[in-house]
Amino acid sequence: MDLVQMQKSLQDYTKSLFLEGVLDSQFLQLQQLQDESNPDFVSQVVTLFFQDSDRILNDLSLSLDQQVVDFKKVDPHVHQLKGSSSSIGAQRVKNACVVFRNFCEQQNVEACHRCLQQVKQEYYLVKNRLETLFKLEQQIVASGGMIPAMELGF
Amino acid sequence: MASDGGVSCLRRPEMINVGGIGGMESPPLDVDEVHVLAVDDSLVDRIFIERLLRITSCKVTAVDSGWRALEFLGIDNEKASAELDESSSFRQVPVVIMSSENVITRIDRCLEEGAEDFLLKPVKLADVKRLRNYLSRDVKLSNGNKRKLPEDSVSVNTSPPLTLSPDSSDSSPPPLLLSSDSSDASSPPLSPVESLSSPLSFPLDDEDDDVSTESSPTPEESPVRRQKMRSPSLD
Repeated sequence: MDLVQMQKSLQDYTKSLFLEGVLDSQFLQLQQLQDESNPDFVSQVVTLFFQDSDRILNDLSLSLDQQVVDFKKVDPHVHQLKGSSSSIGAQRVKNACVVFRNFCEQQNVEACHRCLQQVKQEYYLVKNRLETLFKLEQQIVASGGMIPAMELGF
Repeated sequence: MASDGGVSCLRRPEMINVGGIGGMESPPLDVDEVHVLAVDDSLVDRIFIERLLRITSCKVTAVDSGWRALEFLGIDNEKASAELDESSSFRQVPVVIMSSENVITRIDRCLEEGAEDFLLKPVKLADVKRLRNYLSRDVKLSNGNKRKLPEDSVSVNTSPPLTLSPDSSDSSPPPLLLSSDSSDASSPPLSPVESLSSPLSFPLDDEDDDVSTESSPTPEESPVRRQKMRSPSLD
């Protein structure tokens, strides 16, 4: 695949993530902060998000598996995941967290278990997509090309 | 409730060499440079706000809790109320709150309690640029420019730069504190700074699903500062 094709693939792929609602405009905000002085900013922040989220999801699983679920512990975790997913533009993860928090408020354990599964699903989805996106970018850079700027008009 | 964050801007060079975490070996600030203390317990948000601030030419120190913020400011929490008296220079540190909670009553309360501004999370570059504008000593501000928000809307178009009450003995505007609402666990109790950075005493509604994202034609911007009901106070 030549450079132009790779760049087009990247653009199409990125566009599809927005159209599917996996990412929202906040991701563009993140991209705006990347420049020559910080060429890996997006992947660095996203990597931190992955590490943070892995930890939070693990804690959530443990908390929800307790005999007596302590929602005072569960809710802050979900809030934090909601916040960080929102900050990087992982829209569907954020939305799943909003639903999750509602059930936390109702102290509905069963619903919370379902919510956790939903959040995990959305999280693994965005993780997978972003990892693919970064690989595409790396291929372009390795071939000596530039990452095309994301067009906003779609 | 997990934390949101805060940012405190220290304009005066002497405020930088206070205690501090991890050493504060830094060159003296330029006359126009602003030092911001960012408080947020989320690592992702800390990195993000730090980058936003750096890109707008602020010097940034990011800490993960209200306790560390006080530590950095050199405020011994036990002596907090004694140190932060009427004449304390810390009173001039403007506070801006960051939160994902899009609740007007809460936002109003923050502003009434003395916060300079309120940024809705997720924070955008335009929000930080707007903040940066009114930290610049070249910007002329006046209390008359503050606009009251329409009752039914939080997001509005960009506001004119806002004035910080100038200190008569100091030509440079006071530094800015940007603070996100913190969890109870990470906030020091009974400190004047905390009263600005932890408005969790209000009832919380999770209404942030009202915040529209990709469906709106323009990204949602943080609310404009509302008219202050009374002068800022650190009580």
